[in-house]
Amino acid sequence: MEKFKAIKSSAVPLPAEDVDTDQIIPARFLKATTREGFGDNLFRDWRYNSDGTPKKDFILNNPVYAGDILVAGKNFGCGSSREHAAWALYDFGFRVVVSSFFADIFKGNALNNGLLPITVSPEILDEIFLAIESNPGAEFSVDLENQTLELPVSGKKVSFDIDPYKKTCLLNGYDDLDYLLSLKDKIEQFERERGVVI
Amino acid sequence: MGKTLFDKIWDAHVVSPVPGGMEVLYIDRHFIHEVTSPQAFDGLAERGLPVFRPGQTVATADHNVPTRDQHLPIREELSRFQVEKLTENCRKFGLELYGLGHPYQGIVHVIGPELGVTQPGMTIVCGDSHTSTHGAFGCIAFGIGTSQVEQVFATQCLLQSRPKRMRITVDGQLRPGVLSKDIILYIISRLTAGGGTGYFVEYAGSAIRSLSMEARMTICNMSIEMGARGGLIAPDQVTFDYLKGRKFSPQGADFDAATARWKTLFSDEDAVFDKEYNFDAADIEPMVTFGTNPGMGIKVTQSVPGAKPGENPATFGKALEYMGFESGESISGKKIQHVFIGSCTNSRIEDLRVVARFLKGKRKADHVTAMIVPGSQQVAAQAKEEGLAEIFQEAGFDFREPGCSACLGMNEDKIPQGEYCVSTSNRNFEGRQGPGARTILASPLTAAAAAVAGQVTDVRELMIA
Repeated sequence: MEKFKAIKSSAVPLPAEDVDTDQIIPARFLKATTREGFGDNLFRDWRYNSDGTPKKDFILNNPVYAGDILVAGKNFGCGSSREHAAWALYDFGFRVVVSSFFADIFKGNALNNGLLPITVSPEILDEIFLAIESNPGAEFSVDLENQTLELPVSGKKVSFDIDPYKKTCLLNGYDDLDYLLSLKDKIEQFERERGVVI
Repeated sequence: MGKTLFDKIWDAHVVSPVPGGMEVLYIDRHFIHEVTSPQAFDGLAERGLPVFRPGQTVATADHNVPTRDQHLPIREELSRFQVEKLTENCRKFGLELYGLGHPYQGIVHVIGPELGVTQPGMTIVCGDSHTSTHGAFGCIAFGIGTSQVEQVFATQCLLQSRPKRMRITVDGQLRPGVLSKDIILYIISRLTAGGGTGYFVEYAGSAIRSLSMEARMTICNMSIEMGARGGLIAPDQVTFDYLKGRKFSPQGADFDAATARWKTLFSDEDAVFDKEYNFDAADIEPMVTFGTNPGMGIKVTQSVPGAKPGENPATFGKALEYMGFESGESISGKKIQHVFIGSCTNSRIEDLRVVARFLKGKRKADHVTAMIVPGSQQVAAQAKEEGLAEIFQEAGFDFREPGCSACLGMNEDKIPQGEYCVSTSNRNFEGRQGPGARTILASPLTAAAAAVAGQVTDVRELMIA
């Protein structure tokens, strides 16, 4: 996993709520056996007509909106556990997703792939959508070290929560697997004590 | 203070706490399928790691498999490649595979329980959100991403933060024509598609206790559809009877010893839940969905509603537009083109029996294509043995071979653009059953009734007739 760096970027607004991972990456694109290239089909059926032409009214096809940050309505990433959703968002270029809450599995998958999910209150989320609407190019700053999201214009700094261990992983590019492998002795001891039949 | 069932199982599986609050959780059973495992196997190969405990992993091919002519090579190239990749990886890493052609092949969440691999008190994971199904046996079972599949391969452990606990109690007697699918669709319609986020649910109450294992699996299966990490039900005599004599269940004296242990798996009376909901079984009627997430459900006797306070009117409006419905119109009477009975939610032998009992002597409407896809080879064989397959055929239903089928638009079974499908699966998301497909989720009975009537209908009217 790549290290998470401080971000200063404009944001893409997607106010839809309950965006499920079937929208983020439809099942018919899950047949690849590698992690790369899913960005091409990110939001495939919202982004393209069936003949492959772009849908003009979809936000990712609007040249006014761009950036490393996706701002979405509540319950983003619900549904299927497909990690391909996190891969697709990252591959497309997003490094941060902001919402008022995330589906649990998606949140875990995002964190395991260097994609930072930032949870803000519904009021702040509305404020962010308004800020983007009034000036689509305005830049937000994300400081993971200090756990703050700075809004444009007002300069308001919003604090966000993140598990301290996951924060360390993101900042240093560590995987959970490295950590788990370092506990091999403890795991074997647990198995012996519990009488796990191997 | 007493402990919840969830905490009893969780605590027994904590290998080590992690500074900051997460915990290292030991995983007893790991199910895998062809879609979410290839990148995990590649990760192991890159690091030169073996599968740490191959005996605790069971593999099957389900998402990509065709439901016709399974003896022939898979026609679709990418699907075939993914299934072949699973076979190759299982051979390379020494894992048990119940692949195409094997008498145990089937949907991963159907075969685990029917083989007795799933047992009370276990922690179970799979790279599939409907792993929550296994909670019906009193397990902590949940879906994971591919990075985590790799972690379980390599260490049989996961890093997890402990969710909050919720209890949903349904008391009372279910009305005729109401199945467990209606219970869970009702619950999700009340809690919304995000209402369980951050929680692990325990289902309790006399209505839940009265259910068979198959019916309990349907409920736990859809826990994820309200955002819950998983859902479980305390094991009881129904559970023990189901497990007795199954292929991987403990046998003889070991079974008795296991049962004694399993009997300790319940929430203590003074256990405290972070959130509690109570519902009356008598208030539940046959349910259908009208929108594009499983929380958008109503009783089949109701009209399509408008956006509720707190619901985003734009998102709600978009869902109705996609479905071709208008607020205020009756859902009953809506003409449909397809019926799909199957998926990890409703493809077990009991589901098929209920449908067969209803269909006997009836026939589907001419304009409806109707298919029944059994959850496993064992279910298929039993359905044939019991004469159910014949009843399905006489009713004009296509009885297929086992797989995930039209649940997810990944294999050959898809619903065409703009057409309606009354489906016993678990997700009515946009495009879930194929680009532009319109899904109406329902119980196996309501789905069968829709096939016969050619429209969304209250099954109870056809049951009396």
